[in-house]
Amino acid sequence: MLCQICNKNDATIHLTEIADGERTEMHICEQCAIEQDIAVKSHIPINELLSNLLAVQPSDDELFGPSEQKLACPNCGFTLAQFRKEGALGCPRDYEVFEKTLLALIEKAHDGKTTHCGKIPLKTPRDTKKQMELMNLRQQLESAVISEDYELAAELRDKIKQSEK
Amino acid sequence: MKLTDISNDINEWFDGSGPLADIVISSRIRLARNLDGYKFLSRCSNSEKSEILDKLRDVIMSLDLGDKVSYVSVDKAPTLNKHFLVERHLISRHHAFGKGPRGVVIAQREFFTAMINEEDHLRIQVLKAGCQLSDCARQINRIDDMIEEKVDFAFSPRYGYLTACPTNVGTGIRVSVMLHLPALKMTGQIEKFFNAARDMNLAVRGLFGEGTEAASDLYQLSNQATLGVSEADVVSRFEKTIIPEIIEYENAARSELLSKQSDILDDKISRAMALLQNAHLISSQEALFLLSHLRLGINMHEHMGASTPAIEKLHAICGAGNDPHKASALSIATINRLFMLTLPAHLQLNYGKPLDSTHRDALRAQIIRSALNQENPRKS
Repeated sequence: MLCQICNKNDATIHLTEIADGERTEMHICEQCAIEQDIAVKSHIPINELLSNLLAVQPSDDELFGPSEQKLACPNCGFTLAQFRKEGALGCPRDYEVFEKTLLALIEKAHDGKTTHCGKIPLKTPRDTKKQMELMNLRQQLESAVISEDYELAAELRDKIKQSEK
Repeated sequence: MKLTDISNDINEWFDGSGPLADIVISSRIRLARNLDGYKFLSRCSNSEKSEILDKLRDVIMSLDLGDKVSYVSVDKAPTLNKHFLVERHLISRHHAFGKGPRGVVIAQREFFTAMINEEDHLRIQVLKAGCQLSDCARQINRIDDMIEEKVDFAFSPRYGYLTACPTNVGTGIRVSVMLHLPALKMTGQIEKFFNAARDMNLAVRGLFGEGTEAASDLYQLSNQATLGVSEADVVSRFEKTIIPEIIEYENAARSELLSKQSDILDDKISRAMALLQNAHLISSQEALFLLSHLRLGINMHEHMGASTPAIEKLHAICGAGNDPHKASALSIATINRLFMLTLPAHLQLNYGKPLDSTHRDALRAQIIRSALNQENPRKS
């Protein structure tokens, strides 16, 4: 069924209000829900939540200065404005170009984590693998210090020193 | 392979077998990947998309997966076929109704599919019956390695496998299980489940519903975080913590139904039985709703030794078991068969032509009546 407000998008949010013994139903799309400031339970999968979050985010100027706003990716021409609209990036290089803005988003989406520690492609050169191990160790060290696990932190610091040799 | 080769029976991950199958219907793991040297799909022209499609299709079709594989061109497929593929969980709705050159490689046994040009260049998935996430993980990892021998994936040392949406970056892994949670619903505790899932940063989607509307009390539960965690950790968390906890909740609710609300339980099961055995017109929504009660009754008998009057009556029908002459005796496999084969696209594909909604409702009712009114050959 179509959204009752804009009559354009599919209604994916169905609200039922019971007040004074009277029951009213509303069927709206996510865009209108945000525009009309209607509270929505967060059963929406995170991609959509994030796109919406981005759409209503205070201007990044306040957080990061105007630099990334005016940027267009030299590889694909993508801009942050387009990302806000579409929710998906233009090319792998965008992760580099818009690093600052994306970092905040990535942190939110992945329980505060921002470094890969899972599977590495078999073809990855030895140097890169080593680089990644070091990055991971450093991130673990940071977490250990924050959680005041100084014994673990010392172990990690030693491992890092070894790897850097 | 034509779609009609697989459309008139259930596939192996929906056959009711597998560990913990009374609550965990199936397990699924998917990996998202993009080819190095290409833009993400939103910025690709149709000819670039075709190039990606051809490349990936050729690589995947040439793999040794221990099963025959076929390719379906999704952008060229008739609408009915697209709906069929979605009903069978072989492609997502996004893929079916997306834009541009795209397709899917399907293994004949349907344990593996590879969507090409969905949201990322490649999304591969492995499905198994019951709770078998470790096995899914082993298998999909091996397939990923095989593909990686022949192509290069976009990968960054910092962010891992690069995906179109940052919410999938890193491992690109989506671990999910399909859960049957009728008792939590009946005892008014399903909201608790949603809240618990949210607190654990997991996504809950009702099957075929929008948002958390759950047809047949079936829910898909998946991880959301994909970065900063290893694939093995995500799987292990599901197997060791999340699934055992949910099973405990659902089983407790089932016990509560037995001990405190057995009249309500019996009533639901008997009404479901009566309607399914007799109705001449039944919508997909109603059929799925009622089949959930039968599924619950059969599982409670088999796994909890429940024996209320309605459950006993139900069991008397399902007691025919493995008799090869009575293939439609009532078992979970039969429930699943009725579930899948009476979905709208399945119905029409197997019938051979499109049907309007009333005809579908009549055909559905006929198929169900015929399956549930078989004579029980063994009266124990």
